[in-house]
Amino acid sequence: MKKDEVPQDRSSLETAKFKELCYAIDKDGNYTTAKSTGWSPKTIALDNAIRDINERVEKAKQRVFANETSPIEYYMELHKMDLSILASYVGLWGWRVKRHFKPSVFKKLSNKILKKYAVVFEISVSELQQIKD
Amino acid sequence: MKIDFTHKQTAHCENGVVSNLMTYNGFPVSEPMVFGIGSGLLYCFIPILKVNHAPAITYRVMPGQIFKKFAKRVGIKIKKEKFKNPKEAKARLDENLAKNNPVGLQVGVYNLTYFPDEYRFHFNAHNLVVYGKEENTYLISDPIMEEVSSLTDKELGKVRFAKGAFAPKGHIYYPIDFPKELDLKNAIIKGINHTCKDMLAPIPILGVRGIKFVANLIRKWPKKHGVKKANHYLGQIVRMQEEIGTGGGGFRYIFAAFLQESSEILKNDKLIDLSKEMTEIGDLWRDFALNASRIYKNRKAAQDSYESVAAQLDDIADREKVFFKKLKKAIK
Repeated sequence: MKKDEVPQDRSSLETAKFKELCYAIDKDGNYTTAKSTGWSPKTIALDNAIRDINERVEKAKQRVFANETSPIEYYMELHKMDLSILASYVGLWGWRVKRHFKPSVFKKLSNKILKKYAVVFEISVSELQQIKD
Repeated sequence: MKIDFTHKQTAHCENGVVSNLMTYNGFPVSEPMVFGIGSGLLYCFIPILKVNHAPAITYRVMPGQIFKKFAKRVGIKIKKEKFKNPKEAKARLDENLAKNNPVGLQVGVYNLTYFPDEYRFHFNAHNLVVYGKEENTYLISDPIMEEVSSLTDKELGKVRFAKGAFAPKGHIYYPIDFPKELDLKNAIIKGINHTCKDMLAPIPILGVRGIKFVANLIRKWPKKHGVKKANHYLGQIVRMQEEIGTGGGGFRYIFAAFLQESSEILKNDKLIDLSKEMTEIGDLWRDFALNASRIYKNRKAAQDSYESVAAQLDDIADREKVFFKKLKKAIK
């Protein structure tokens, strides 16, 4: 990649006002560095990933309202986690966390367990029990 | 307290931390040199593990390996520690800062407050330098940022004890012992040899073979998982390649810069031509990313478009195979 080809596309780096550093060759063929504001193939992939997460969050929310899953799954998606990441944050086995997705199991959870999840999601226990529309 | 530490932005975090810490200790070494000597370049498909609900591919060695290999090869010693107890981790950090010693930390990205929200994922192999503390705020030199930043005591604790794959466990590291002079010549040769060995390894998911392995996966995805998932996977490949640590194209350019710098140190002109060749391969990686992005831009795509990006990867694999064989010979 030549220095003048270093992409200067719009991206979410803009909001944070920072540019990333790239290696490229100058007109004499020597390596140098140049700053990039972003590159659209990356931006599209990132935008898609974020849209995907938002879809997952929304779907989880609807399933909580339909009593198909517990708010734990909703908060997990909201925090961009998956089962194994959440399990390691709360310090429980994955299968236990998965079991806590069941609304019937969730209702019977002890305060101690609920508190664990609430701490990880940085919310109160009552916010964990009742998600807002 | 603030240590007189020079922050320099780099393309990749671990290279940057090592390069900046070395410079602080009186041994200026460029980012490409650290990357090349530490044999940072790699390609590996990681089975089982999923990142953001998609298969994981790494374009670099495991976190910490670049510094480890670099240190061994140039003859410096590094001190590394992980902790179970966050309080101990904090105490060790404060101790070092009190001794005017800037340190490297491995951290998770999800709670790095100075990152744009869009970039905050559960990725735990990020590196930064702490170079001071003012009351309850730590002064941070994050090599991928243009400027220095800061994190509160609480925020730093969170990122040091992020959970999930590659959990940092408070990982702290810094050089402690230096030779009179760095033995760059031998180190470069060892670094190059190691990278050639990795990239040409007879293991189906590693190196050149790994690239072909992934090309074949891409061919199967649309039928096996449907277009939506296939596109998500493809998008994740490009993100892992170009974003999370400047992977494919970016790393090839850093490696090419390393070969160029090495050609002078080793007085080996063959490396100049090989540097040019690696630059061309880097361009091919970027073409691949560009074509892949055309697929996942629209949510529907024809089977032959997957076939064409897979063929591009096959081509890259063939080029790299020839390249690393030549490189191995060039330094003999």
